[in-house]
Amino acid sequence: MKAVCWEGTNKVVVERVPDPTILNPRDAIVRVTSTAICGSDLHLLDGFIPTMQRGDILGHEFMGVVEDVGHSVRNLRRGDRVIVPFPIACGNCWFCEHQLYSCCDNSNPNAWMAEKFYGYSPAGLFGYSHMMGGYAGGQAQFARVPFADVGPFKVPESLRDEQVLFLTDIFPTGYMAAENCNITPGDTVAVWGGGPVGQFAIRSAFLLGAGRVIAIETVPERRRMAEAGGAETLDSMDPDVFERLRDMTGGIGPDSCIDAVGLEAHGPHLDYYYDKAKTMAFMATDRISALRQAIHCCRKGGTVSVPGVYGGFLDKFPFGAVVQKGLTIKSGQTHVHKYLPTLLRHIENGDIDPSFVVTHRVAIDDAAHMYKTFRDKEDGCIKVVMKPH
Amino acid sequence: MAVTSTYRPQGDRINVGNIERWLSTAAGGALAAWALKRRDTPAGGIALGAAALLYRGATGHCHVYQALGVNHGDSRNVLRIADRNSDTRRQLGGERGIHVDESILVNRPIAEVYRFWRNFENLPRFMEHLDAVAVRDEGVSHWVATGPAGTRVEWDARIINEVENQVIGWQSLAGSRVSTAGSVNFDETGHGTSVRVHLQYNPPGGRLGAAVAWIFGEEPTQTVREDLRRFKRLLETGEIPTTEGQPSGRTSARGARGKAIRREWNVAQQRRAGGSR
Repeated sequence: MKAVCWEGTNKVVVERVPDPTILNPRDAIVRVTSTAICGSDLHLLDGFIPTMQRGDILGHEFMGVVEDVGHSVRNLRRGDRVIVPFPIACGNCWFCEHQLYSCCDNSNPNAWMAEKFYGYSPAGLFGYSHMMGGYAGGQAQFARVPFADVGPFKVPESLRDEQVLFLTDIFPTGYMAAENCNITPGDTVAVWGGGPVGQFAIRSAFLLGAGRVIAIETVPERRRMAEAGGAETLDSMDPDVFERLRDMTGGIGPDSCIDAVGLEAHGPHLDYYYDKAKTMAFMATDRISALRQAIHCCRKGGTVSVPGVYGGFLDKFPFGAVVQKGLTIKSGQTHVHKYLPTLLRHIENGDIDPSFVVTHRVAIDDAAHMYKTFRDKEDGCIKVVMKPH
Repeated sequence: MAVTSTYRPQGDRINVGNIERWLSTAAGGALAAWALKRRDTPAGGIALGAAALLYRGATGHCHVYQALGVNHGDSRNVLRIADRNSDTRRQLGGERGIHVDESILVNRPIAEVYRFWRNFENLPRFMEHLDAVAVRDEGVSHWVATGPAGTRVEWDARIINEVENQVIGWQSLAGSRVSTAGSVNFDETGHGTSVRVHLQYNPPGGRLGAAVAWIFGEEPTQTVREDLRRFKRLLETGEIPTTEGQPSGRTSARGARGKAIRREWNVAQQRRAGGSR
């Protein structure tokens, strides 16, 4: 089959690889009908995530049709149309029982690696480094899905692929980010980053009752998309973001701030160049200017919610502001499974049509080119959907 | 996950009695003084003997006694070297052998967890290097493990302690070529059943010893922890998660066929890139 493989920093290649097979009784094989490039895949392209190996198959946003199931999978059958959540969860451990699916205790075969970095290992993820399990991803014609009796979620034929594909990651991720803000009706929520997760965070904040959403983003087409979702916008390259947010909120600051940027932030301030120099010299792992600004701008007693990906050890993290202003910080990989019934209902009711975010539709053969287009925000690129067949 | 982990190499062995140690020290000192005074060739040999006596007195360990299997040491802190291969308790007592202490939580009822472990024939399903355990008579079992390059390591063990849903203890039989003992304790906690394993083994000499050392690896604690992790995963999910056998760009690049397709693919890509320019 064809698959998108990571061949090194800045090198993604479409290759012919063997088809996946059932390896465990609870596995399924899915024939992939649509797969997307996630903003977090760009961190892999740029070499920010450790423990990648040459030849790893990428991709954690994919859906398709069940092709085959292992003998322990009773709730799926060949021909079922499913979306596949990006974290792999066993459904049996203490964490899964408490709906903390992305903290699954059992799905990461390389848990010992993650334990060295993080103390305890989170769930295995599709196509996202060996520390996160080393599972082959879904940017391929076929994918093996472990614990298929727990992950894959059946979707109705009445909805197109593009309407349900983002249930795999970015829609629940934006939704959990907004939910983590504990929004009370009328709240003001500021969202850093107008990429796909930021876009879904904006719309989810409104679904959860926010009165105002302010998006901080510099790319014009992303600002337009945010505005179409009901947000007011500020330019992230504007040096006066803090003052503007203060003025827009009557001098108090946003009730909650969402960092949907993550570890490769850009910014107009000196601290961005400081982070950039340190990460380039391998003296720091993450660039955190968006997170610093979110903490700085948040009102006293507010919440900073972080769906953006951070991997390692942050430098010049303003923890003093967190303590002195009494902020709550919430983060985590998304417990996708938990949100699926709620979000599918929103889609079916017409509250939201997630396909708004798609700007590029291509064949999987164009993956290498599209990774770069998406990374460099060329050609108005916000979300890429690939068709593997 | 780990409560405690200990790794103790073999300690020094005292096999010379107290009075003998004093006499050795005194005699060694006198001989050394005499040899230093004479400073000729025969005195050099005497000085070597004196040094051996001084060592024997200072450390309480005599290599000659060890070779002969003689032990005149104080019985409180000494193992009888003559009996080396006869009793697991002595071989693994005190600081001897390698001790591993690891624990894990299993989100299953205590009775089920206990029952699975108590059936020793299940153990090879999650212990990486264990090939088979055959239960022979009540309480006695035969264990087979594989070392490097397919070396087989076998021993017999018997249960020495057993309280249902609480503890199982075992040790290798007297005369076994591998001496090992262990216990596993089961406790109910708010997050599931805690399983705590205490394992001891004393690698024998020679090739067999090398094989046993290989089986447990450079970090026996990590080896046991991974075995316990597989145990938990097997009980909780019914399988052991793996990626072994899945495709990747490495599998294609290695085979000749994969390579050819890949070259063709790259050429096609380049052609397309050239054409669009």
